[in-house]
Amino acid sequence: MDAINDGIQYLISSLSLGGLYALMALGLVIVYGILRLVNFAYGELVMIGGYGLLLFGDSPLPWIMVALLSVIVAVIAGVLMERIAFRPVRDSSPTTMLITSFALSTLLQSVALLTVSPRPRAPRLPSIFVESFTIGGLQIKIVDLIGIIIGVLALVALTVFLRRTVIGLALRAAADDFTMTRLLGVPANRVIAAAFAISGLMAGIVALFWIGRTGQTYPTVGLQPVLIAFIASVVGGMESLRGAVLGGYVLGFLTMGLQTWLPQGVNNYRDAVMFGIVIVVLLLRPQGLIRPAYSREVR
Amino acid sequence: MLLIALFTVYRGNVVFDRVVTVMFINVLLSVGLQIFMGNSGLGSFGQYAFVTIGAYASIWFSLTPQQKALALPDMPKDWWLYGQHQPFLVATLFAAALAAVCGGLIGVALVRLRGAPFTIATFALLIVVNRVALQWVELTRGSRTVLGIPKFTDLATAFTWAAIVVVIAFAFKESTVGLKLRASREDEAAAASIGVNAALTRWIAWTLSAGAAGLGGALWAHFIQQYSPHNFYLRETFLIVAMLIIGGAGSVTGAVVGAVLVALGQEQLRQLENWINAERMSSGLGTLIPFEVRGFADIVLALAIILVLIRWPTGITRGREITFDSFRRLWPGKAVRSRGEIDPVREPS
Repeated sequence: MDAINDGIQYLISSLSLGGLYALMALGLVIVYGILRLVNFAYGELVMIGGYGLLLFGDSPLPWIMVALLSVIVAVIAGVLMERIAFRPVRDSSPTTMLITSFALSTLLQSVALLTVSPRPRAPRLPSIFVESFTIGGLQIKIVDLIGIIIGVLALVALTVFLRRTVIGLALRAAADDFTMTRLLGVPANRVIAAAFAISGLMAGIVALFWIGRTGQTYPTVGLQPVLIAFIASVVGGMESLRGAVLGGYVLGFLTMGLQTWLPQGVNNYRDAVMFGIVIVVLLLRPQGLIRPAYSREVR
Repeated sequence: MLLIALFTVYRGNVVFDRVVTVMFINVLLSVGLQIFMGNSGLGSFGQYAFVTIGAYASIWFSLTPQQKALALPDMPKDWWLYGQHQPFLVATLFAAALAAVCGGLIGVALVRLRGAPFTIATFALLIVVNRVALQWVELTRGSRTVLGIPKFTDLATAFTWAAIVVVIAFAFKESTVGLKLRASREDEAAAASIGVNAALTRWIAWTLSAGAAGLGGALWAHFIQQYSPHNFYLRETFLIVAMLIIGGAGSVTGAVVGAVLVALGQEQLRQLENWINAERMSSGLGTLIPFEVRGFADIVLALAIILVLIRWPTGITRGREITFDSFRRLWPGKAVRSRGEIDPVREPS
């Protein structure tokens, strides 16, 4: 039946997109939770991942290697970013750090513009990204399925990491109360570097799937992911990782829903509607959907 | 303020005229942003949303129907807006008012947020307005450039409006509301305990700031005689923020100084970039720099911001103002108290 088909289609694409968005948001919130830093340059980590794809894709390596290498590049970029740009301003106010990240983002974009090319370039992508198969009247894109699987895998892996490893524990403690954590002897630099590394990891994975969907990479490719990450994490609640994930999925479902069911003429305003809804959510729940453990009084 | 006066004397040739006019408009925008960002301590990226609103509003109101037929061909001819044709002053005031009203409406939702979520929300606002402007073809000609806007802005106009906004910014900052806002910036709990309604003060600052931005938009549209949402988006937002941060967000002087420095610096950098590219063609510099230099100004500017934030987080002026007091200090023999300013970008306690 058509309705059920449509429904399942919607479910699958929303899960896939939502998972992607959730990863985007996670990469952002992991750093925010500890440092209260909104990293605008997170988008550029995605960009770097994308250009890594481009770079390594030209070599004869199998694509899995290419993907792996570009993710590693993103991770390294994340850690470097922290070391060079953010460590000096670590003790400043959130606004300072935020603007630093904004400047860094612009800097990286401009450098990419300068050294590579302002034109979009298409990296080598395996054909699975465009293939789809049909089951009983449903056309399912393989990349959607892979996206869902990888999304869930990444989330599970992250959860295990945070719960079972020492560094994971340190990260959670740092997000809760950084000063106390340091007083207890946890090395701040390592914790922060780990957070940025995870952020880079997320960005790298996002880059794979995002560019896999659109097929191109260019200096400002990071803009949309970082924007989505922002919105998802604000909606879900920036203080908690679960919030980020929830926000990602909510946003994914919302985007797909609007795309499928908005009347034709209004479709161009989809983005505007989406952000409008976000603002409404914020109006009702300024802390996001998942409240942090201690929420400050918002008058 | 006095700084601006000095600069008007500089108008020599026509090219410089243009640069300085743009600079004044930027001063206006920068100060407009300062009204909100400096006093509340919150970062806002939404400024250009209101610039866009103001610019289009001024276009709607200042173009004669004949001009509208050319510039905004998709606007239905039987709309009330179509026949509107006001003198520039009225159009500008209306643009500012409309921007302020929009700001006020949105501000009600926004002032409940703080810190990072707030900034992200302003970012979202910028995007929403940009998208809407790109789509609403009847009103804005969509993503294409609106051309043929009559030129109403010249050096004098820009200077006058910039000066007015500077005065307003000063007045606000030193007013009761401004003081309350700055108190809530420093320590929100303490301020609340003495009865300061942080949200309300923020709202007032936000609305004023939006109005100023709209004003700037109107001036700009009528200066460069064209307008497109593409040109008033992220890069320009970055510029304004850069101006404010480099100059020092805590003071109006900072906003002015920042705007001046960045505007002039940009000019120089652009010329340097052109020179480099030209030299590359002719001399051996080509081997050293094997690619075309582009976006050079942006890179330098971004580096400048980062450097400033690392060394002087409060900007070059460190939140101090140039007032008549500071000039008196130059006179030997006079002991003058100068008012110290509190760091607007909060240092964690």
